Amino acid sequence: MRLRRWLERIWPLVPVLGALVVTSLLLLGFGVSPDEGFGAMLRGAFGDDQKTLSVLAFWVPLTLSSAGLVVAFTAGLWNIGVEGQIVMGAIASSWIALSLDAPAWVMIPLELLAGMAAGGLWAVLAGILKTRGHVHEIFGGLALNNIAIIFTNYLISGPWQPPEGGTFRGTAPFPESALLPLLGESRLSPLSVAITILALLGAYFILKGTTWGLRLKALGKNALSAFLLGVRSERELLLAMMVCGALAGLGGSVRVLSWFESLRQSISGGIGFLALLVVMLSGLRVTLIPFIALFFSAVLNGSITLQLRTQLHSSLGGILTAVMVLLVLLFGDPRQLNLFKKKTEVDSDE
Amino acid sequence: MQVSLVDIRKYFGSVRANDGITIHLDPGRIYGLLGENGAGKSTLMKILSGYHQQDTGTIELDGKPAAFRSPAEALRRGVGMIYQDPLDVPSMRVLENYMLGRDARLALDRKAGETELLENAARLGFSVNTRAYIDTLTLGERQQLEMLRMLAFGAQVFILDEPTTGISTDQKESLFQSLRRLAHDDGKTVILVSHKLSEVQELCDHVVVLRRGKLVGEADIPCPTDELVRMMFEDVPPKQERISQVRDDICLSIDNVSFEDDRLAVKDICLELHGGEVFGLAGLEGSGQRLLLQMCAGLISPQKGSVTLHGKDVSAYSYHQMREAGVAYLPAGRLEEGLIAGLSVMEHVALSDPRPSFTINWPHYERETAERIQRYQVVGQPQTHVDALSGGNQQRTLFALLRPEVKLILLEHPTRGLDVRSAEWIWQLMFERVGQGAVILFMSADLDELVARSDRIAAFSGGQMSRVVAAEKTTAEELGHLIGGEV
Repeated sequence: MRLRRWLERIWPLVPVLGALVVTSLLLLGFGVSPDEGFGAMLRGAFGDDQKTLSVLAFWVPLTLSSAGLVVAFTAGLWNIGVEGQIVMGAIASSWIALSLDAPAWVMIPLELLAGMAAGGLWAVLAGILKTRGHVHEIFGGLALNNIAIIFTNYLISGPWQPPEGGTFRGTAPFPESALLPLLGESRLSPLSVAITILALLGAYFILKGTTWGLRLKALGKNALSAFLLGVRSERELLLAMMVCGALAGLGGSVRVLSWFESLRQSISGGIGFLALLVVMLSGLRVTLIPFIALFFSAVLNGSITLQLRTQLHSSLGGILTAVMVLLVLLFGDPRQLNLFKKKTEVDSDE
Repeated sequence: MQVSLVDIRKYFGSVRANDGITIHLDPGRIYGLLGENGAGKSTLMKILSGYHQQDTGTIELDGKPAAFRSPAEALRRGVGMIYQDPLDVPSMRVLENYMLGRDARLALDRKAGETELLENAARLGFSVNTRAYIDTLTLGERQQLEMLRMLAFGAQVFILDEPTTGISTDQKESLFQSLRRLAHDDGKTVILVSHKLSEVQELCDHVVVLRRGKLVGEADIPCPTDELVRMMFEDVPPKQERISQVRDDICLSIDNVSFEDDRLAVKDICLELHGGEVFGLAGLEGSGQRLLLQMCAGLISPQKGSVTLHGKDVSAYSYHQMREAGVAYLPAGRLEEGLIAGLSVMEHVALSDPRPSFTINWPHYERETAERIQRYQVVGQPQTHVDALSGGNQQRTLFALLRPEVKLILLEHPTRGLDVRSAEWIWQLMFERVGQGAVILFMSADLDELVARSDRIAAFSGGQMSRVVAAEKTTAEELGHLIGGEV
């Protein structure tokens, strides 16, 4: 029994090792020794303070979105629209940043709230499409993602064009008072780290300790039974979408208020899709999310250096993470251990 | 085509769905396959049509052994089955459906296909619009199309599973006409799976009766209906005396209520249930009794008439409002529509708490769950996942989740799949509630159970509710007739 528990604990490492093996083979195929390749990646991610802070700055919006997604996933909602929710959060924060002129202690809370509200509403829209219009949240979310991205492009090339003429790349930089205070020369804001940690604790608490979390879990596992046991499905599903969207929107806010300091064309750049992978990899365990997100951030940032050192394209980092997710979906369920053991069912004497 | 099923056995776990059935079917005749729910009719026909594979036994077509690995293979050998829900593609046109899977060439010859379709349709007396979309057709029309498709595939054996459920009288007439033509003129073998005795009498030449997975009788039609009822249902054993706890007060009153789903319309139901009463609903699957329970649960809203619970009009209540008002609905699928696989018993107790707090007090629920587990004799721990419990214990868990103040309990097949001892215990628990003034409205396919446990019984057939009979005066014979559609 103790061996089994130990096996269950290390089972998630199997796909990680598998992905490293596959990536090593790829590296070998391109004539780069894995040692050199992974070394370059590691140095690229944590080689100096600047790089480490950059990894963390990427980690913040990724983890925020993942903390939201774990709530939606628990309720059985495949919120692919998270990417669009990040973008809408970024747009709302940008709107405050560009249109208001106030001291930072007014600006920043307003910007963050606006980001949460916009992300939350965008997610609720996908939710209503599901509950009322019978549009599956995957398709609704994909459509809303596109609309959000097109809306960004419109704003950048239209009403929010910088006065000195449009480049179609972004708005004018936001005023100093609209930006999150940064750590030194980095793009990391300590405030955003604090918010992220709070979001993680919140998600953990919601899912472990509240009636609402239990209802979401029930809905995710069997919506019909949950409904019959008294769960008001529509309300709870919309709320779950809202919480997820609000956290994703906050991620978008952090993106514009600290990383880019303006609204850009590809403001999210796929963080939402990456967060989907993080949450799938975590098996809906909140405690694993910050570490997986950190790993992803490190791999993606590190693979830029990999490109400089070995002339291999930086998308190798993307391949590594994607292979890992595939392997997790294949092997990641600890219950697969049951295949090796006899079933221990609690059965009656009937 | 001569069809022989020899010593067919099919077990699902410990359930003997088919337990050594041997039948011979001749071409040119219409056979009725009779039996109550769970008698093994569908399993046997799914084996013959290649949907299931038998564990042992052989299928012989014209004396040659045949083994089908899929329905497509069975159809190639001439055996076609038309399901209650025809297996067509709703978003396609009639002609496209007809030609689907048949034309092996690259280009579809629509012209030839259309001519052939219309010819076949005319021969069977169906009128077909080849350009209509499937989802605009009625169930009866889809059935006709399915028959034409089978005919085009060269089917010699036509199996129809409850074909008259959900189609109009005219369509039924036209269906029966075409089946007669197929069998008596064209020499096909037709098998009608049914539990409607009148239809079997009207259409079939010969009936085969199954009970609990075994062949229990065969007869040529005409045959006295009483005889068929006896073969289908056995004799009901003399029942034990049960002290009735019926009181005077009216708990639930259903006044002239009509409701429907997309298959079946139930019209003008009138029913009054007294406090402490146990009311049983007989009838074969899909006859309307489940709809009545769902209507009482607030899952289907009545189109007309009124439902009154303890003097309060609850006609417009939603499911959750009904729950608040003291109605409990326990559907048949315990793990599909009752319990949640992957959650523990304790989590279920917490989930169904009518007055939950924001944060969950787990130690409180653990004590509460342990107490209920003891009271309801569930074999398991508070932390046991419900899907690891046995069927009987799952059912007990469902009852353990009932609120103490529940007034109306709606049950579907409360003891289906349970052994005698578990069933007895479940009813003991129910009678305890009845003693406290609750009312039970339940449906069951088990006539013994209906007669033994109810105060009064009514049967449903094709959306019609029969007269109400007193359980102590009725007989299996009478119930059989009511289930067969006598009013």
